[in-house]
Amino acid sequence: MKILPRFPLIPGLVLFGALISAPFILSIYWVMILTEILTMGLFAMSFNLLFGYTGLLSFGQAGFFGAGAYCAVLTLLHGPASLWAALAAGFLGAALLALPIGWLCVRRDEIYFAILTLGFGMMLFTVAHNWRSVTGGSDGLGNFTLPKLDLFGWSISLFNPRHFYFLVLLIAAAGALLLLRVVRSPFGLLLRGTRENSNRVSFVGANVRSVRLFAFVVSGALAGLAGALFALFNRIASPEMLHWAFSGKAVLMTILGGSGVFLGPAVGAAIFFVLEHSITAYTTNWMIFLGMILIVLVLVFPKGVLGSAVDFIDRFRKGGGR
Amino acid sequence: MTQDPILEVRNISRSFGKFQALTDVSLSIQTGRLCALIGPNGAGKTTFYNVVSGRYRPTTGKVFFKGREVGGLPSHRLVSMGLLRSFQITNIFPALTVLENVLVPLLVHHGMSFSCLKSIRKQGELAEEADRILGRVGLRGVSDHVVSTLAYGDKRLIEIAIVLARRPTLVLLDEPTAGMNPEETDRMIHLIKDLSEHSDTTFFITEHDMKVVFSVAERIFVLNQGCLLAEGTPEEIRNNPDVKHAYLGGSLDAPGQ
Repeated sequence: MKILPRFPLIPGLVLFGALISAPFILSIYWVMILTEILTMGLFAMSFNLLFGYTGLLSFGQAGFFGAGAYCAVLTLLHGPASLWAALAAGFLGAALLALPIGWLCVRRDEIYFAILTLGFGMMLFTVAHNWRSVTGGSDGLGNFTLPKLDLFGWSISLFNPRHFYFLVLLIAAAGALLLLRVVRSPFGLLLRGTRENSNRVSFVGANVRSVRLFAFVVSGALAGLAGALFALFNRIASPEMLHWAFSGKAVLMTILGGSGVFLGPAVGAAIFFVLEHSITAYTTNWMIFLGMILIVLVLVFPKGVLGSAVDFIDRFRKGGGR
Repeated sequence: MTQDPILEVRNISRSFGKFQALTDVSLSIQTGRLCALIGPNGAGKTTFYNVVSGRYRPTTGKVFFKGREVGGLPSHRLVSMGLLRSFQITNIFPALTVLENVLVPLLVHHGMSFSCLKSIRKQGELAEEADRILGRVGLRGVSDHVVSTLAYGDKRLIEIAIVLARRPTLVLLDEPTAGMNPEETDRMIHLIKDLSEHSDTTFFITEHDMKVVFSVAERIFVLNQGCLLAEGTPEEIRNNPDVKHAYLGGSLDAPGQ
């Protein structure tokens, strides 16, 4: 008797191999886009721990992404000149912020939870925008020197975008593995139970609020890690990163790729950026075309692109393509 | 068998605004004795369950479970003390498999709610325990089916399996055979009787179907318009004129129509 199907290890390794070899094949331009995809993919996956696995729609995820970005940059400006310290600050700072906010938000679910997170997201945006002495206001917080990366005694300069790409790949993969561990753990099953029927979960003796709060903090911490990477890559932390429209991106990417599949949000991020960059090459009205393509994709693949693909493969295997 | 009541309810009232759903209800349940709560529609049976299981606070009155006052405790605390319930409308995890439905209460029972770095695939003991429980309710053959694809009667059995996974001492079953066909009803009655006789769990059921009540219950309580109208053995209840009157003179022998 098997509890969960085995994780598709071979496709996972093939994907990882492809991502490692990509910078040797692609132009610098596309390597930088791939860097963005990995960062935003991790952000969208952190969002999906709440959305797809726990059944909570957060519209404030960018608040933790942005908090991670500011924590990382502030560490480099005022603290030790270490990339690891900056990344850790992004992760821990966002987790610390998610704790009190989550404590209040998990008191409600469904649309009320979404509105509470939206409210907190707006507050965080305003703090970043108006607290000029700490955050640099609308100009954002930049002007830091990117320290070299210390990796087992090596010192690697990250000014080469290909080097930076490998750092992002390493961190995004570590974040994804942590998430994978969480969703396939006993706690992960309890999260899916909460999504399906929170009333039943409390009537088997679990405290639904604590369960949701824990998911909220893990999700916020990983969003903060993604935000730290984003700020280091772009050399700036800016208020737009906390705006609710930025939270909307995570929602969009997740729906696009599929919330029911582990890597769905990352695939959504890839589709989003590839479309954006291909269309802007031809027209400045790219939002119109992007919107049209998104509408078609969502109508044709209600379970998301990756979700529908996985469904199709499963059916093909079982029923010989019925 | 001990003589201590496992559940004792003293002078419970519950109102919603001006509507009085329960008025001064007192009753007690002896450990190991299969009891039933009956009454016409709207008599307050489900409200009574909601008060006892911690969903609602009683407006006045006290609830004692295993001799401890528990009125107003949140439901998850009562569950940890061993008081479990089923619902009138099947309350399970539709998109999870049958096995996962039983694993959720099991992992909570074994204190693994926040165990987030272990693989659930490696919890062999949990899976074995789930398998035993599914065997007990006769669902072993469908353990890897997604619950929403199962027949109605099987879904109701899954709720029983979920409840059993927490190793309860007292189980409240709210109309366990509601909506079932005669075959499924027989299967459920048989299961409840069997569990009541061969485990340490005490069962307390509400039921619409008089045939079910008179075939399983050792003791029956009758609610009418929020008040306790009568209590006694099935024989006493069958011959009680007040009860007959409450059911509009209908024969209590007839199955619920």
